[in-house]
Amino acid sequence: MIIAIASGKGGTGKSTVAVNLSLSLENVQLIDCDVEEPNSNLFLNLDLEKDEEVYLKIPKIDEENCTHCKRCAEFCEYNALAVLEDKVMVFEQLCHGCGLCSMVCPTNAITEKNRSLGVIEKSRDGIDFIRGVLNIGEAMSTPIIRRLKEKTDKKKTVILDVPPGTACPVIEAITGCDYCMLVTEPTPFGLYDLKIAVELCKKLKVRFGVIINRDGIGDEKTEEFCKKEDIDIILRIPYNRRIAELYSEGKPFIDEMPEWKTKLREVYRRIHEDIRK
Amino acid sequence: MKQVLIISGKGGTGKTTIAAGFASLAENVVLADCDVDAPDLHIILKPEIKEETPFYALSVAVKDDEKCIKCGKCREVCRFNAIDEYFNIAEYACEGCAACVFICPADAIDMRKNAAGKIYVSETRFGPFIHAKLDIGQEASGKLVIEVKKKAGKKAEKENKKLVLLDGSPGIGCPVIASLAGVDLAVIVTEPTVSGLHDLERIANVTKHFNIPAVVCINKYDINKKKTREIEEFCNRKKIPVLGKIHYNQDVTEAMIALESVIEYGSATSEEIKKMWSKILEIIKV
Repeated sequence: MIIAIASGKGGTGKSTVAVNLSLSLENVQLIDCDVEEPNSNLFLNLDLEKDEEVYLKIPKIDEENCTHCKRCAEFCEYNALAVLEDKVMVFEQLCHGCGLCSMVCPTNAITEKNRSLGVIEKSRDGIDFIRGVLNIGEAMSTPIIRRLKEKTDKKKTVILDVPPGTACPVIEAITGCDYCMLVTEPTPFGLYDLKIAVELCKKLKVRFGVIINRDGIGDEKTEEFCKKEDIDIILRIPYNRRIAELYSEGKPFIDEMPEWKTKLREVYRRIHEDIRK
Repeated sequence: MKQVLIISGKGGTGKTTIAAGFASLAENVVLADCDVDAPDLHIILKPEIKEETPFYALSVAVKDDEKCIKCGKCREVCRFNAIDEYFNIAEYACEGCAACVFICPADAIDMRKNAAGKIYVSETRFGPFIHAKLDIGQEASGKLVIEVKKKAGKKAEKENKKLVLLDGSPGIGCPVIASLAGVDLAVIVTEPTVSGLHDLERIANVTKHFNIPAVVCINKYDINKKKTREIEEFCNRKKIPVLGKIHYNQDVTEAMIALESVIEYGSATSEEIKKMWSKILEIIKV
């Protein structure tokens, strides 16, 4: 079973839930899909090693065979190629790596070369953990997430720590998951972004439930929304100074508050049953 | 015209709260929200929409099932896993490259123009406001950010405004890089937590990579003073000025619930935010 932990709004507690849930269950694989800001391991302190580099295949022009016919540039939907009289320019940052230019070239003057987007790292020991890390200055994070998801271990309970927002990286991460936990906080910003995340789950046909974090800091509107829309609130984590302190230190709160281990297991058990129905 | 962008790396550190605070202090300003997939600034600004234009993202592939001969060539060439084993095209996975259109021997696939969201030009009590909304499940948020910034720049020019204040999105990827292009100052909002510091390091490397001047604001600095010192030491080492620190106060959430900026609400953090704003004006010389 694959469970995604997502949120819409950033900083609502995705990594907190993902890490504490992973540590509460048996036979887990935790995948940090927030490749722009991968934070899960700050709470796990696992010894990591490089698993592989993630590349995008970008065009390599063989100027000797190129007739400068401009066909590649005409076909490229991303404006990543410009053909001058005696030279082809490749704008690497704009290329999505679709390979169409090499297909349309009449003289086979385009081959492909690898451009690094980031790396995938995995744990040496402890829990089964993998994460992607996007290179600094690199815009494209989805190919790394796509690769991370190919590494899911079907024999395990897979937990995905999803990036904030609702755009491409989130869509890539959530698609095909069995369940999505939407972590929110009971504030106007939290609620507005939760509504977008709910719509996204519906559109992607992923079952979901809501976790209200820092319960008590805001208003009742999130509860009212969930009730009206018949959305399951699967867990409420009250605002608690100690939980915030442990978070700031990078410590999973279940270590100090073992009662939460039981609660998280219970949430998982209910979701598991729900999905099997 | 000068552009100031609020970013953070880590989400939920207080970008929008601080941006709304700055908005109520700024004079002669155009405001814009560059967080297009989870925008929140409009909640406080309560804009009156004056103009609405559609935004077109990359086209998407659409198949004519009657013409399709199920040869599977499209699936072979698609590098975005957008075509399943029954040769259905998943719109949200399609990145619009049109390789399938080229390879299809039955001429069964076409590219369709894709209305992916809307851009709004609005009026608010603090000045003109450019914002956008990406439709659910749409991609190309970087492209939309560029459109929002273009409109904000045009508006500033037309109304002779000296300053554009941009609220950004979390992360360091596509939309953030799009929002950084050409800004005069990036204000990085962080918080004293292990994640806050870690994410600050990454976003500070990005601003350095693109040669954008940056300053740091430490929000809720008193929730962990040891981490705040670590952040200050990091900024010192990297020669990034610390613009200011804001203490934790429950009245910041109260202001949000009242749908007011922290300044309007009279939050106890107001003085700290005012000080930062005057420092910003000094730095960018407006």
